Amino acid sequence: MNQHSDQHTIIALVQDRPGVLTRLASLFRRRGFNIASLAVGASEQKGLSRLTFVVTGDQYTVEQATRQLDKLVDVVKVSNITSEDVVARELALIKVRATPSNRSEILEMANLFRAKVVDVGTRSLVIETTGEEDKIDALYDLLRPFGILELMRTGRVAMVRGKTDGRVSDDVGAEFDQASRNGFAVAGARFQPGHYEGV
Amino acid sequence: MELTGAQIVCESLLQEGVDTIFGLPGGAVLPFYGALSAYPGLRHILVRHEQAAAMAADGYSRATGKVGVCSATSGPGATNLVTGLASAQMDSVPIVCITGQVPRAAIGRDAFQETDITGITLPVTKHNYLVMDVRDIAPAIKEAFYIARTGRPGPVLIDIPKDVLAGEKIEFVWPDEVDLPGYTPPGAPEPQQVAAAASLINEAQRPIIMAGHGVLISRAWDELRQLAEKAQIPVITTLLGIGALPTDHVLNLGMPGMHGMAYASLAIDRADLVVSLGARFDDRVTGRIADFAPNAKIIHCDVDPSEFNKNVIADVPVLGDLKLSLRALIPMVNSNVHLDWVQETDRLRNEHPSLFIRKSDELLPQQVLKELSDITGGDSIIVTGVGQHQMWAAQHYGYREPNSLITSGGSGAMGFEVPAALGAKVGRPDKTVWSIAGDGGFQMTLCDLATAAENNIDVKYAILNNGSLGMVRQWQDFFYEKDFFATIYSGNPDFVKLAEAYGIRGIRVTRQDEVAGAIEEAMETPGPVVVDFVVKEDEFVFPMIPAGESVNEMLEEPNSQGVGVESA
Repeated sequence: MNQHSDQHTIIALVQDRPGVLTRLASLFRRRGFNIASLAVGASEQKGLSRLTFVVTGDQYTVEQATRQLDKLVDVVKVSNITSEDVVARELALIKVRATPSNRSEILEMANLFRAKVVDVGTRSLVIETTGEEDKIDALYDLLRPFGILELMRTGRVAMVRGKTDGRVSDDVGAEFDQASRNGFAVAGARFQPGHYEGV
Repeated sequence: MELTGAQIVCESLLQEGVDTIFGLPGGAVLPFYGALSAYPGLRHILVRHEQAAAMAADGYSRATGKVGVCSATSGPGATNLVTGLASAQMDSVPIVCITGQVPRAAIGRDAFQETDITGITLPVTKHNYLVMDVRDIAPAIKEAFYIARTGRPGPVLIDIPKDVLAGEKIEFVWPDEVDLPGYTPPGAPEPQQVAAAASLINEAQRPIIMAGHGVLISRAWDELRQLAEKAQIPVITTLLGIGALPTDHVLNLGMPGMHGMAYASLAIDRADLVVSLGARFDDRVTGRIADFAPNAKIIHCDVDPSEFNKNVIADVPVLGDLKLSLRALIPMVNSNVHLDWVQETDRLRNEHPSLFIRKSDELLPQQVLKELSDITGGDSIIVTGVGQHQMWAAQHYGYREPNSLITSGGSGAMGFEVPAALGAKVGRPDKTVWSIAGDGGFQMTLCDLATAAENNIDVKYAILNNGSLGMVRQWQDFFYEKDFFATIYSGNPDFVKLAEAYGIRGIRVTRQDEVAGAIEEAMETPGPVVVDFVVKEDEFVFPMIPAGESVNEMLEEPNSQGVGVESA
């Protein structure tokens, strides 16, 4: 479940073809959708990649975004898993300023978050942490007083929980999106399309 | 026998049933042209500007129902296609463009005439390809045609580097089927959705059908008619839906929206159900969305699910090929008469005679269209540009057949009329094709009069010449304090002499009593003809619902009030 009501997690299964990311990015720009994060990597199927998008916007925006994505020829499946029971993780590398006097304090904090120190330099430490965005935000805030030299985050990757039937993310999705894509109006799902001035 | 990439392109086009290509060669695409000259089954029509190639392919496609094909070279040749592609994309017209690209090794090095045309055309194509291996040519072409013509149709571009066209030779193998796991065009609708739609229709007291381009694309005009007649539902046709039902059909209220029939817009306003068939609730139709069909539930039938809830919320979306959706729907709809409602729409017609043409000593552009309609019996294919003449052509011509109005609707690309008419005539040599032009748009693409002359393509060009960008001028008059800045064409050429310079018959008309004679003379003259109708320069298109407003703010022809009868 997502803490940010205006953030939506979308999973897309896409064909590995040159330019596929450009097509996705071009679509988002053209339609005015905001991508908060985007993570992409190989899937379990040869020739297919799986992406996790976090899209910022209202119900109208996210519904349009998923349907427009679905129209792209290279996109095999799209599902909005925002309201599903998911495992969502992000990885961050944080390079923090460290001196001999405060190094142990930083290490302690990293331990508290079950983060790993993956590089020790004369004046810095690199801490690797994995978790939901809030956990990374919290660690970052705690480390900030020491001086953050560099931050690298992957963006969210998410997967629906397997439950009893081992279902996969591509086959579920918000009731609204799945149903309405098949031509069903979903009771109670009401929103106003974005209005615009006359052109 | 092993073939070059260029020969494989030609063989593949033949496999797809292509007979005509509109194009203009250049360095990178020359290997294709080298092969093409040996394929007499592929007629190449040499245009004078690549924009004309794309728009001619569009006109050809809409007139024939087949996929239109065009070709261009790399760089500027390819970029000149873009306006035509954008128009085809907005109007869901299937065309396939073959472009040459610089050799593979030169890509990314800013080579001469190198442009990233697949990058440029991403937003204006349904899909595109950069083919980097000769083995991929035949599958790409098969996929391109399949994608272009199925589902919601659209343009597809295939960019092929010169050395892929002219390098390695391989055996030509035409794939049996396409492999597109991410592309499944909808077929038949879900029965529950059809049932829900049928029950809304059966309950409605004041239903209206809004027929869009989808009716023509899925060739569902017979089904549209059956549905409308069975339940006696008045029909409005969007600009691109014109021809889905004959203009003079008793249930046809014509086009709604910004310059639509007042009674069509008023009927939507009073309806309790809008049955949208292959239309996308464009702002030119809806005006202010909040005030669109305020009393109506909405059934939205479309093949593209991203159209549902995009501009208006559908109470019942029906996803599927429209012809199949209608076939499923019609048996479930009760026969009905809707007597009160049909009478009410008739009353609206009488109270708001939107086709009224007032008496005038000057030559009015509406009158030209009216006489053209009468003389041709509504039997011509009308191809228009964009602006006032387009709206008058949509209003005053009586269309009898599907696909008999070809116009750049969504994109609104001026200059469309000259090349698209060429494509339409090439595709339908049996039909009279009238290109209705404004003097503004005509001058954007008139270079392709040479194409008409060279190939003796028998298009009759009617320029409604008001010496200005008429629609823009109308907006300046209504909304910009009559500041007619940059809209007056004081340096227009003599269009009759211009036609003659191309070896084309030119006729000038300045008086009302010359209109019919000129139209008849043009039709009796073999080959292309240009008729320069010098019309009243400051005539307005009425009715008009200003942009972003509603039917309550509609402006009607001031002289039409109290006339009480329809003039056409």
